[in-house]
This record gives sequence, structure tokens and C-alpha cells, in this order.
Amino acid sequence: MENATKVIGNVVHTVKEYVMVVQLHDKVEEDKLRRVVEYFRGEIYQRPPLRSSVKRTLRKRRIYEIELLEYTGRFALLRVTSDPGTYMRKLAHDMGLLLGVGAHMRELRRTRTGPFKEDETLFTMQEVMEAVTLWRESGDERLLRRVVQPVEVSIVHMPKIMILDTAVDAVAHGANLAAPGVARLTSDVRKGSTVALLTLKGELVALGVSQYDSGEIKNMSRGVVVKVKRVYMPTGVYPQAWRRQVSGT
Amino acid sequence: MGIVEKALAFIDHITVRAGYKNEWITVREADTSPDYGKLPYERPIQEHIVNGVINLDKPPGPTSHEVVAWVKRLLGVSKAGHGGTLEPS
Repeated sequence: MENATKVIGNVVHTVKEYVMVVQLHDKVEEDKLRRVVEYFRGEIYQRPPLRSSVKRTLRKRRIYEIELLEYTGRFALLRVTSDPGTYMRKLAHDMGLLLGVGAHMRELRRTRTGPFKEDETLFTMQEVMEAVTLWRESGDERLLRRVVQPVEVSIVHMPKIMILDTAVDAVAHGANLAAPGVARLTSDVRKGSTVALLTLKGELVALGVSQYDSGEIKNMSRGVVVKVKRVYMPTGVYPQAWRRQVSGT
Repeated sequence: MGIVEKALAFIDHITVRAGYKNEWITVREADTSPDYGKLPYERPIQEHIVNGVINLDKPPGPTSHEVVAWVKRLLGVSKAGHGGTLEPS
């Protein structure tokens, strides 16, 4: 909400998990269905459907996991973990083609988007309403603090760099992160990867693109380490250690 | 526990809970001043809300757009977004 909307775009392009109901257009042996389901594990080619928001060229997508949860009558319940931009409706249709009987998707529920999944942090609209009402009417903010999570939960899937207090305000002003500003980082930082820059208190400062691998950054004493792409923290939260003192002021 | 240790414990906790992990490399031993900034879970409630996200179980029926409008009204925030729709329509 408000400030936190700045980072949601980086969550959209992460791994997805779905549960879907596929209706087969004729009877199929369960063994045969299982073989076809297995066939879709790994790299697949998909052309986006007619009604889609992207260019309709053949795209390569990865199905990380695919599992037949239940099969009754002509209905198959499947769980699928895939790259972003994989069309489940298309997957169901293609499954029908391979089975030779035809099939289509009946129901779809997304159960995970990157760091957000069905766990104790998932709340219904009723629960959100309850938490807000409790807070507004009796000032009790405990439930609301569970329902609303800090923005930092939306960057946990990314490599991270914690920066010195003295580097924070420069980055908040849009400056790139220089090597001396690095306090600690996660080992998965790679050249070209999008990284989250955090304060030593764990607050999100900005997102940027790392110019080096973690092993290189560890030994650097100068040079730009991260090109800042999206600033999150407002300026002035941390002191301006970077601005030269102007004499007489 | 110092502030940096608390920050690391918090970041690691939310990372592991989401199914990821952090392997930290310390480059420069450094502390942080208690005079500015704050631990993400110590933001006052209004600040917490404007820097907040909700993992919302959207029911079938209303569109993501409608649910976002509902959340905005409910919490009195001027901006809210969502993490993507299932199918364009």
C-alpha cells in the first residue's frame, strides 16, 4: 500500500504455483493420464492464447513441478509450479491434445507468487476487515500488524546487500552503491541480478542491478557495486554523510 | 541482542518462512545508529500501513482491481497495487 506499491512489480515476475481442475472430454486410463502429466515436467513451448496481454510468439517456459492430486470421473486436480508467464489454460488444452480426447481448464487457483504463498500470512477479506475494525474501534493494533506485513517480505526471494548507515541517504537520493558502502551481502548476489539494498536495521532502501558476483564484491574497495534502479526509502531518513560541508553553513 | 543482529534475525525469519534462505558474507563489521531509521517491525502503525503488504486470499467473483479498491477504502490509503491477475479479462 502507498509506498509499498513501488516494489510489487518485482514480485509479479517470480515463480508461480497453481492448483487447477482439468476436465477431460472423454474417459482416459489413469496410467495414461499420469504419463502425459509427467511429459509436461521441465521445458515446454507455449504460444500465448488469443486473448492474452503479450505478443503471441512461441515462448519457452519451465514447469518445475506437476502433480496429479486427484482423478475422478473426467476431472483431474493438478498442482503446477512454473515460471511466470506460463498459461495454465493452454497447458490444460495441450494435455487434452496429447491424450487424444481433448481437455479444458475448469477452475484455477494461484497458491503461490514468489514469496507469497498459502501459509499463516494469508488472510481473507473478512479477516482483514476484522483487523481494521478492531484497530479503529478499540485501538488494538496487534491483529492488524499480523495481517499487514512490512514491505520487506516482498523482497525475500532476492539476493540482498546490507549497506552502511553512511551510504543510505546517498542511495535514497538515487546514487549507485559504491564498494565501501557494503557491510554484508548474501552469497547468491550475481553480476546482473536484481538485488535488494537494506539498511543494517533491515529496512528496504532500494532495488538495483549488481555489477559483480558476491565473491568479487567481498574483496572490492572501490567502484560501483550496484546500479540503483528503484529507490524505496524517502530521503532524509538517514543523515547526509555524503554531502560535503559547505563552509559558512 | 544488538540492532544489527535483530535485523538479521528478522530478515532471515521472513526469508525462511517464504521458502528461501540467506547465506550472509560479512564484508565490513559495522553497527547502526539507534538515532535514525527503525527495525521494520517497530514502525508506528500508520507508517507500518503505508509500508505494508497484505497476502490476501481473494475470493472468486470480485476482480483484483475491485479488491484493491476495497483495501484502499478500508485502510484509507491513496495507493494500493496487486501482484498480478490469473487471466486477462
